[in-house]
Amino acid sequence: MNPAAPDVKTLRIDGVDVSARADQTVLEAAREKGLSIPTLCHLDGLSDVGACRLCLVEVKGTSKLMPACVTRVEEGMEVTTQSDRLLKYRRMILELLFAERNHVCSVCVANGHCDLQWLGQAHGLTHVQFPYRYPKLSVDASHMRFAVDHNRCILCTRCVRVCDEVEGAHTWDVMGRGIESSVITDLQQPWGESDTCTSCGKCVQVCPTGALFEKGRARSVVKDRDFLPYLAMMREGKR
Amino acid sequence: MSKVRLATVWLDGCSGCHMSFLDMDERLLDLAGRIELVYSPLVDYKEYPENVDVVLVEGSISSEEDLHKIKKIRERSKILVSLGDCAVTGNVPAMRNAFKTGDVLRRVYVENVSVPSPTPNQVVPALLPRVCPVHEVVPVDVFVPGCPPSADTIFFTLTELVEGRRPDLTGRTRFGA
Repeated sequence: MNPAAPDVKTLRIDGVDVSARADQTVLEAAREKGLSIPTLCHLDGLSDVGACRLCLVEVKGTSKLMPACVTRVEEGMEVTTQSDRLLKYRRMILELLFAERNHVCSVCVANGHCDLQWLGQAHGLTHVQFPYRYPKLSVDASHMRFAVDHNRCILCTRCVRVCDEVEGAHTWDVMGRGIESSVITDLQQPWGESDTCTSCGKCVQVCPTGALFEKGRARSVVKDRDFLPYLAMMREGKR
Repeated sequence: MSKVRLATVWLDGCSGCHMSFLDMDERLLDLAGRIELVYSPLVDYKEYPENVDVVLVEGSISSEEDLHKIKKIRERSKILVSLGDCAVTGNVPAMRNAFKTGDVLRRVYVENVSVPSPTPNQVVPALLPRVCPVHEVVPVDVFVPGCPPSADTIFFTLTELVEGRRPDLTGRTRFGA
């Protein structure tokens, strides 16, 4: 066997034969074949953490549902990405996200440009069956240009990852456990007083909801995420 | 063919959904031949009637009066439609849920006025401790999110219901639309 040849695995996704490199995830392999799996915390150009669970898929031989974004391809794997069971759970995940904090779409800066909102629509979500929690959460507008509204945060950690992996500042992190979790700047200091923040605005661009936004706009403009795969590609090229 | 007995109700909302209803414009004339409007803030019936075929409910459940009304509406209606985000999610009225009712009233009638006035406790209905969407209180048959749902969405919903079908709103509206 040629040691330079890539280790290729062959698997089936939704009945389609797919070959993928051994270091690829089920999500990557599916998307390369044009098969769509819904995602929320995933963003091309950032590492994957499997935080949102929307990309759950069925894998033959196990009763557990697997998050496609952090599941490596395996030889002979049989994956199902669309089923009534998956649709039920994906809807449930979206409903729980809506119920957990105060997502009042009608008065949100991201109304019309929100990943959570359009995923809800794409999954036929017309109402939330769980009681809303209505937590009392803060808005930090101490930064000169940006603000964070914790009412709209879904804890996807895209901001944490882009700040660490792409900007290299690691201003953002997550504090607390479970329902008390929250994204923070530095050691839970006001964003405007952060020593590490470079005010690059990458976190604002990658935020899927209205949690992070640029000040001074009644309605946020469409967020620009194209820079991420481009940056990742250019940096890889330099190595 | 007998006409469909339609009611529309305005609970805790801004009446924007009713404005959107009126925005159906000349299509209201198409509907008028097929429905009989038996109760609505747009007409002058005082008592919610019996045997309503379809009721459009705008607004969340925020006061004791809303609660009393929606139970009566549910009893007397075949198909209950939650119309708009307030009815479906609680929306803006529910933003007070992060605070205690007493604090909200104090903010409105004491802290935010130049001449403090007594908090009304007679004639007007008492606020519930927690605003909730309609389906937390009574079963709902059809959900039409939107703030407000467009006139097209309302027209589609009504024509489907008049034809005896359950409207499939996939792709037609969303929260905050």
